[in-house]
Amino acid sequence: MKRKICIVIVICLLAALTVSACGEAAGSNGQVNVYNWGEYIDKDIFRIFERETGIKINYFEFQSNEELYSLLKTGSTTVDVIIPSDYMIGRLIEEGMLEELDFSNIPNFSLIDPKYKNLEFDPQNKFSVAYMTGTVGLIYNSSMISDEITSWSSLFDERYSGQILMFDNPRDAFGIALKYLGYSQNTVNEDEIREAYDLLALQKPLLQAYVMDQIFFKLESGEAAIGPYYAGDYLFMYENNQDLVFVRPVEGSNFFVDSMCIPIGAANKENAEIFINFMSRTDIALKNMAEIMYASANFEAAEQFANELEPWEYEIMFASAEVLANCDVFIHLPGHILALYDQLWIELKR
Amino acid sequence: MKPKFFAVPYVVWMAIFVIAPVLIVVFYAFTTADGGFTLTHFTEMSRFLPVFTRSFRLAFISTIISIAIGYPVAYILSREGQRVQRLMIMLIMLPMWMNFLLRTYAWMSILENTGLLNRFLAFLGLPQLQIINTPTAVVIGMVYNFLPFMILPIYSVIVKIDKSLYEAASDLGANTLGVFRKLVIPMSLPGVLSGIMMVFVPAVSTFVISQLLGGGMVMMLGDLIEMQFLGSTYNPQLGSAVALVMMVIVILFMYVMNRFGEGEEKAVGL
Repeated sequence: MKRKICIVIVICLLAALTVSACGEAAGSNGQVNVYNWGEYIDKDIFRIFERETGIKINYFEFQSNEELYSLLKTGSTTVDVIIPSDYMIGRLIEEGMLEELDFSNIPNFSLIDPKYKNLEFDPQNKFSVAYMTGTVGLIYNSSMISDEITSWSSLFDERYSGQILMFDNPRDAFGIALKYLGYSQNTVNEDEIREAYDLLALQKPLLQAYVMDQIFFKLESGEAAIGPYYAGDYLFMYENNQDLVFVRPVEGSNFFVDSMCIPIGAANKENAEIFINFMSRTDIALKNMAEIMYASANFEAAEQFANELEPWEYEIMFASAEVLANCDVFIHLPGHILALYDQLWIELKR
Repeated sequence: MKPKFFAVPYVVWMAIFVIAPVLIVVFYAFTTADGGFTLTHFTEMSRFLPVFTRSFRLAFISTIISIAIGYPVAYILSREGQRVQRLMIMLIMLPMWMNFLLRTYAWMSILENTGLLNRFLAFLGLPQLQIINTPTAVVIGMVYNFLPFMILPIYSVIVKIDKSLYEAASDLGANTLGVFRKLVIPMSLPGVLSGIMMVFVPAVSTFVISQLLGGGMVMMLGDLIEMQFLGSTYNPQLGSAVALVMMVIVILFMYVMNRFGEGEEKAVGL
């Protein structure tokens, strides 16, 4: 008898848990499921959005474009707004995984800087609204390296052996090697990619480590002296270590655009467009920018943000048109090239 | 009938979260991206041989070190008073309350060239150690993270050995070493075996530890599998094939281990 009561209680508890988990009440005007990069938004804006629109935001984070892709591919979740980067948007468009946007619901699209519209990954700009942008540069510790750094060649310089960090993903690592060799980061010429591989193989013995976010600790603490990373993140590192210097290599670099899109079959497409429009608003763009220090695609916000920063900081955050002209935006590469990247990456790390 | 009824939730759980995923992995491993049957994932497996040998070697080393540290700890612990035992068990479990990633990051800041360990050595005027970004650091990270899973099963077996058996052994003329060799070791073997299982299996497939402490310089099996699912080519079929081969090797290994264990138990007549 006692046992039965126990079971009943357990079942009741479980049921209560399930109900409370599923029953997160939607707002009066429904809800919108947003998937964004980790630490890539000012979460205070959710309250503003929910108050203004009566739409409830369910917010989720992903750590890489590929993680987002496999999430969409398995189709296990309902997603209304995603914020992938350039080349992944190209891939999603190619594979028919994005909805065309109804720009009449997104009047704030007019606030997006034209230089972030109609880019190669979405030539007619039918599927995406740019959110944040940035460039990759070289970051080095001026107390450890006295030479003036101007080129990617420093990442392959024997004098800094054991002090060098490198991107721990094939696309970015190859991108740097290709750019240093004077090739496009989007090359489909296999000889050029193999040449880049040879360079990376020569570089490996000089490296301290392949890193992603660990670079924050390693550069700030002086564990390593030089490594490539994103301009916006440099400004956070600088706050913790003023010896760190940001350089745009003369060979040019990578310029990325993270844009808001709606995956095919989104259950709340209209709410998703309302959210995209909201995110493109100047005051919201300013809040997000202050939180993450990447360059907003909203030109009004970009202009106004100049008041918040020193001119040199502003120059790092917002690359000029001349700098961007020297940078490549990743596009989606054909399958056999991606397979080659993977194969060479595995060989590099064998 | 009653006991079976209570097993239903467990069986359902196992079916959904253990059996179904394994079946999906098996299915993927033998299919192409279009869903056709293929064996190419396996015929091409040899190019990953260095990755396999490295992962198994490091997992093996970590397991041996875990036994070398964990067994004495478990044995000494079991001889202590109740209160000490409770306290020590809590201390052993304590780090597990903290996030795995944070613990690994902590090791990164201990082992780095400018880290705590090297600063301490410099303070004492001793030579610096280059540990971070080497396989040694990966082994340290694995031993640290998985050691409780070695200690606890061994401890829980040793502590259950009937005290009168010790007395009987001594009465029959066994000295301390004899008691340990003829009684404690054979009787604690099941604990050691499950400890090995709980350390070796996660160690073979680890990937975060190798990225953070190994500096991403070499690829481990976990990295390779992760890359197939979350890398730019998105090849879950190949990833599943690698995972399947890994599982089969681990299962074979465990099978041999358990046979060996059974033999030992029979030999002491238990």
